[in-house]
Amino acid sequence: MDRSLFPRPPRGSRLLASPLFLLARHARRAVTRPGCVRWLSTVPLCALLAGPAIAQVTVTEAWVRGTVPGMQATGAFMRIESRADTRLVAAASPAAPLVEIHEMAMVDNVMRMRAVPGLAVPAGKPLELRPGGYHVMLMNLPRPLERGSTVPITLTFQSADGRRETVKVAAEVRPLASGAPPASGGGSASGGHSHR
Amino acid sequence: MSAARRVPALGFRRRWLAAGMVLPWLAACGEETAQPFHSVDVTGASFGQGFSLTDHTGRPRTLADYRGKVVVLFFGFTQCPDACPSALGRMAEVRRRLGSEGADLQVLFVTLDPERDTRELLSNYVPAFDPSFVGLYGSAARIAETAKGYKVFHAKVKGQTASSYTIDHSTFLYVHDREGRIRLMARESTTVEQLAADLGRLLKARAA
Repeated sequence: MDRSLFPRPPRGSRLLASPLFLLARHARRAVTRPGCVRWLSTVPLCALLAGPAIAQVTVTEAWVRGTVPGMQATGAFMRIESRADTRLVAAASPAAPLVEIHEMAMVDNVMRMRAVPGLAVPAGKPLELRPGGYHVMLMNLPRPLERGSTVPITLTFQSADGRRETVKVAAEVRPLASGAPPASGGGSASGGHSHR
Repeated sequence: MSAARRVPALGFRRRWLAAGMVLPWLAACGEETAQPFHSVDVTGASFGQGFSLTDHTGRPRTLADYRGKVVVLFFGFTQCPDACPSALGRMAEVRRRLGSEGADLQVLFVTLDPERDTRELLSNYVPAFDPSFVGLYGSAARIAETAKGYKVFHAKVKGQTASSYTIDHSTFLYVHDREGRIRLMARESTTVEQLAADLGRLLKARAA
């Protein structure tokens, strides 16, 4: 076992009391002197450290469909993962005065789009916002979103117990023609990004 | 083909009857092989008989202006975040795949949102997918009439503000051959490969 993975706290330092070093010391001892009891006691210590301040939600692969002058609305797409059950309940952006969470559905070849009050993000099951499904709709855009720039978006999540968490993402502006839905095939050539 | 597999079960007379029904059909579409299209074949349909609109440069346009080209029409709106850019993106990819053959492919985007899709906006939006693509617009009444002529479903859905409405609409691509006849309707789920194959076949038929 590589002991260097677990930093040895400086002896006699005031940092000794910091929770991170407590955990590091604990982990080092648990590794060097293996024992079930020590590992078990790691769990509550980790939980203590994890606390409410550590984010439950991570957002990756955020992108926005670029617009041309005169276009007042576009969609933002991303992948949302949460360690605990939660709901995406709101979205906001300085780039657009009106932001909604939308669901797009194809019913008998008719495209229907509706605002939804929120989207469930079950623990450990990523929620994909992508062409052909959900998106964050940016509306009443005062100016075009140019390819290569980024759009800040703040997402608000609310768990069942009412606790709220906000996550800020910088969504990359991709070309207007990006991301045909997987159903249409050959989408990679027009978008250059992958869907999973 | 399933018809071929069923033949042994038919009596002699019925076999000739079946052949008699199939042969004229084969002859009628001499330009193509007997394979069905991936898209829905709507040859001879009474809908989709053309339009009279204005293009994004301000020129009045009818279907006859594009005679000699294979025309693909798509009805949508520019504030559509998803289905419309995906459809136009797919058509741009189809045109690239067809290479030099694709030179005679004309993609037309007809707006269902004449209120917000101005000539200027269409002139920025439509060619962004492919410089050869043309946006078409008209008065609200003319657009409604054109959509009806192609049996396009469209319905405005109110949004939070007066300007943030959206439009539910059908997403078929309508294909006219080089002589302006309505030939195919492609579903949203038709792949780029399938579209390229179907349009390639229509492009191979030289205009009379």
